[in-house]
Amino acid sequence: MDAILLQILNGLDKGSAYALIALGLTLIFGTLGVVNFAHGALFMIGAFCAVTVQRLLSLSYEMVDESQKDFLGNPLKVKTPYVESWFGPEIGGTIIDWAVPIAILFAIPIMVLIGFVMERGLIKHFYKREHADQILVTFGLAIVLQEVIKYFYGANPIQTPSPEALSGVANVGALLGMDIVYPVWRIVYFFFSVAVIGAIFSFLQFTTFGMVVRAGMADRETVGLLGINIDRRFTIMFGIAAAVAGLAGVMYTPINSPNYHMGMDFLVLSFVVVVVGGMGSLPGAVLAGFLLGILESFASMNEIKSILPGIDQIIIYVVAIIILLTRPRGLMGRKGVMEE
Amino acid sequence: MFGLDNKDTRMLIIVAVLTLFAPFILNPFPTGSAMAQFNAGYPDLMQRFVIFGIFAIGFNILFGLTGYLSFGHAAFLGVGSYSAVWMFKLLSMNVVPAILLSVAISGLFALLIGFVSLRRSGIYFSILTLAFAQMSFNLAYSVLTPITNGETGLQLTLDDPRILGVSATADGSIPVTSLFGLEMRSTFEMVVGPWAFQFNVGYYLCALVLLAAFYLSIRIFRSPFGMMLRAVKSNQQRMNYTGLNTKPYTLAAFVISGMYAGLAGGLMASMDPLAGAERMQWTASGEVVLMTILGGAGTLIGPVLGAGFIKYFENIFSKINDTVLHNWFAFMPDGLEDFVVFIVHPFIGKGWHLTLGIMFMLVVVFLPGGLVEGGQRIGKWVKGRKNKDDSTSATKTPAE
Amino acid sequence: MSKSDFSRRGVLKTGALAGTGLALPTIFTASSAAAFTNDPTGSSVTLGFNVPQTGPYADEGADELRAYRLAVEHLNGGGDGGMMNTFSSKELQGNGILGKEVKFVTGDTQTKSDAARASAKSMIEKDGAVMITGGSSSGVAIAVQGLCQEAGVIFMAGLTHSNDTTGKDKKANGFRHFFNGYMSAAALAPVLKNLYGTDRNAYHLTADYTWGWTQEESIAAATEALGWNTVEKVRTPLAATDFSSYIAPVLNSGADVLVLNHYGGNMVNSLTNAVQFGLREKVVNGKNFEIVVPLYSRLMAKGAGANVKGIHGSTNWHWSLQDEGSQAFVRSFGTKYGFPPSQAAHTVYCQTMLYADAVSRAGSFNPCAVVEALEGFEFDGLGNGKTLYRAEDHQCFKDVLVVRGKENPTSEFDLLEVVEVTPAAQVTYPADHPMFAGGALGSCNPGA
Repeated sequence: MDAILLQILNGLDKGSAYALIALGLTLIFGTLGVVNFAHGALFMIGAFCAVTVQRLLSLSYEMVDESQKDFLGNPLKVKTPYVESWFGPEIGGTIIDWAVPIAILFAIPIMVLIGFVMERGLIKHFYKREHADQILVTFGLAIVLQEVIKYFYGANPIQTPSPEALSGVANVGALLGMDIVYPVWRIVYFFFSVAVIGAIFSFLQFTTFGMVVRAGMADRETVGLLGINIDRRFTIMFGIAAAVAGLAGVMYTPINSPNYHMGMDFLVLSFVVVVVGGMGSLPGAVLAGFLLGILESFASMNEIKSILPGIDQIIIYVVAIIILLTRPRGLMGRKGVMEE
Repeated sequence: MFGLDNKDTRMLIIVAVLTLFAPFILNPFPTGSAMAQFNAGYPDLMQRFVIFGIFAIGFNILFGLTGYLSFGHAAFLGVGSYSAVWMFKLLSMNVVPAILLSVAISGLFALLIGFVSLRRSGIYFSILTLAFAQMSFNLAYSVLTPITNGETGLQLTLDDPRILGVSATADGSIPVTSLFGLEMRSTFEMVVGPWAFQFNVGYYLCALVLLAAFYLSIRIFRSPFGMMLRAVKSNQQRMNYTGLNTKPYTLAAFVISGMYAGLAGGLMASMDPLAGAERMQWTASGEVVLMTILGGAGTLIGPVLGAGFIKYFENIFSKINDTVLHNWFAFMPDGLEDFVVFIVHPFIGKGWHLTLGIMFMLVVVFLPGGLVEGGQRIGKWVKGRKNKDDSTSATKTPAE
Repeated sequence: MSKSDFSRRGVLKTGALAGTGLALPTIFTASSAAAFTNDPTGSSVTLGFNVPQTGPYADEGADELRAYRLAVEHLNGGGDGGMMNTFSSKELQGNGILGKEVKFVTGDTQTKSDAARASAKSMIEKDGAVMITGGSSSGVAIAVQGLCQEAGVIFMAGLTHSNDTTGKDKKANGFRHFFNGYMSAAALAPVLKNLYGTDRNAYHLTADYTWGWTQEESIAAATEALGWNTVEKVRTPLAATDFSSYIAPVLNSGADVLVLNHYGGNMVNSLTNAVQFGLREKVVNGKNFEIVVPLYSRLMAKGAGANVKGIHGSTNWHWSLQDEGSQAFVRSFGTKYGFPPSQAAHTVYCQTMLYADAVSRAGSFNPCAVVEALEGFEFDGLGNGKTLYRAEDHQCFKDVLVVRGKENPTSEFDLLEVVEVTPAAQVTYPADHPMFAGGALGSCNPGA
């Protein structure tokens, strides 16, 4: 029983990353009708925003310490971060420790800006082109983005730890009288993504801007004829979608050390999530994200693997095939979207 | 000729000349010169050009004609390679049965996957094929290791039970692949002054197969069957309303293109008897999509050009390193030399992916019809200039 | 630079065919039938450095390339000579190999068998490389080793840890300096016994491919021999990035040791996840829960940061070793590049030196002569103490390091500390050991 609850929890936690990425992908597809293969790259850039903030905060000056030797036998240069010398080791250390949450503030404007530039500079010219062309150009962009990151940060993963106060484990089963321990940061990640998803939905649901965007998603032409500048709003939505991907990336860094190809690792998976949820359906994307997360967690249990060897390798694809064959428009999709 | 009209015959002849004289065409620079780095006329790369050309031609029969975008075509190539290597292990080192088996098995595999996947269209079809291919890759890498030899890839060993042939040659090596005794790897080298041209038996086998495959693809494009497939692309619904069941046609196209992929896989294994699971990964499927679109989807020659383009980048650009750069720019003053190397450095060697990504974007943005369109534009431009010179006919430029 | 052909028989056959069928002008000359593939007849010799330059192992590949460049510089008489001065064999004079200047070509394996073979083939067919070396994974090493055997050039393996490279997939033309899964297990077992006792329950998480399996098999056998009980062996997909769903069941499994048979990115993530789940603070059956990473890579361990602290594993070599050879190598590498070399850099540097030395001793580039010179070769001064290149399987037998993640690192390179140097005798196994059975070296192939 404990084991099953633990896997459900784990699935929700995994699923929250899938849901956030798929949500952004669906926002772009639903509004602009563009298949964005560079979305994984946006997630990756978000993660590297966190890395950058951490590096900036730990920028150090060097002092030669004669008592210690470096690997060549020369006197060791001891590095002290500037923030520690400005605010004292106590506060300075805390600031560096909280680099990842601080990076959120930094990542939002950056990601929105990247989104704007991408949409205005490139994607805009591809609205009328075939999906195959969109895939090719965004795939090219994804390669370029990831190679640029690799050029500056290398190919190896870079550790970006969570704040000390939010690492470690918590016994989440205590309320139910059970012993289920789970990493604190992963729980934070889950609630963070629920909050972001909630914010996006209420923004679309309860603001005038959101209403217009939803109307535009349903019928772009009519909204345009009403004299509303729908294009500008769609550009903003692209920026928001990029920011969602970026935030998912920032918060993901303590869970797994980011590397330049992490976007590609998520790309195929996020498309499967979107399709399972139903192309263009925001609630569908979220639901499918969590659902696939949970299924994936269960598939990796030894009890299940012993019955179906290798099931954890293919579970995502098996689910995708079953859903597409039995319910072609996905869990919550509208009929006829992307059928040709 | 061969039941083709003039234009197609001309194209077939051009392709034939290009492939048969590839050892010359691809080796324009003298061996030992600084530019020799750009020579591509060595057997392995020439074989790859041609094999991936076949793969892309096959993919284009599906995608170019019907518009169905398969994201799992590499699976058929992988299955083809595995079947061929198994044939070498179990039956004989002759490439003919191996290639036949790989075409047959991948055809069957394509029939199975196509039958299921073609129940959907659009992006749903793409995701279905992607899912099947990724499943094949993941299983081949791990659970199916007894059949595929997993990570390492299926290789020949000294104790293969080869029914027609020997397990090991007299001097204790693994026998090599051959066509009725003609070894695939044997190469004849011709030295002309500073140039060295290599003629490889395996390459010419591949080239002949490519010509046959290309000819077949022209016939398919020009046949009533091809017309039917194009009709599916332009409006499948209307086809269905006329009471016509399009599925047999699309399925046939899917299987044919799967067999092309299997043929490519079988040839690949015949040139180099190893079958690795990475051949089936989604990135490999993505690669053939890129080749086709880059060259010009729906055109006859485009996919072959695209395949050549990508393989050239992969094999030539990745091998340029800083030492080579310094050699090239050695004539410049020191400071300038370092600066130029510094500028070029991110795009070569380990940065070849970056260059490739930029090329994709440039081609898609500026040449929506792929490289073929680029060629046509240049052709038009040249024609236009000629016409300008001849002022009387300037206004009569024929519309294309 | 002159080039010869892949197969002499092939040349003769084609040549004869062409000769009878065509009246050949005199410029058509098949180059003289050389004794072996890519016989360097000019004033220089070309080596092929085939490393991952793209993909997840690109940084390791880059470090290998640095070491190769350094080795070439030293062979050609540049720099401070590095380990050439400490190497027990004194054949190398700093005048290239056999008086020929050493040149090199580089290629990208992409950590894919196919791409690696394509790259190696272009080095052999186009650039006339007489030796191929490199690689950062066992799949690639085995694939390229097979190719070199067929083509008739020497393959000096880079970083490859699978038992199979010199086990069931061994080849006469291939040589491995790096250690393997069996040696890791043999070196770790006594240390684990001292640290954690003989009454332990181990839980294995294993990357689901060939290397992972041989590693798991080796470690499980060695620990079970100590009296440990293996609770569970779980295979994880290679493509997995988040290992939480595999780590979570460990919590209530009753195990008190977790063995992570992962390498590279998998290792970084699984270790990070294991620490996240509080396994290091956990107490099971009154014993502290322990994590073991049998194969450490310092470059990769950096990605796991503070999570490696106190965790044991093994490596082939580490820059903090104090012997003369290691220090000479660290000094010349560090002076040139500004940071200490990785174990990947060390092993490829050694391989290049060993090849050059073997050629010099043999007096020929002929692969068969080189094989003969390397087989049973005993040497010292390359950083791992006295070493033997065993003739039966072309595996180096040398000391293995057991290392631990350092508690108080003084710099970003100072991640691991050497706990014990397990002597070569303790990690040596008979050539017909069951874990290495099933293959044959075959005979050396000089190509042409």
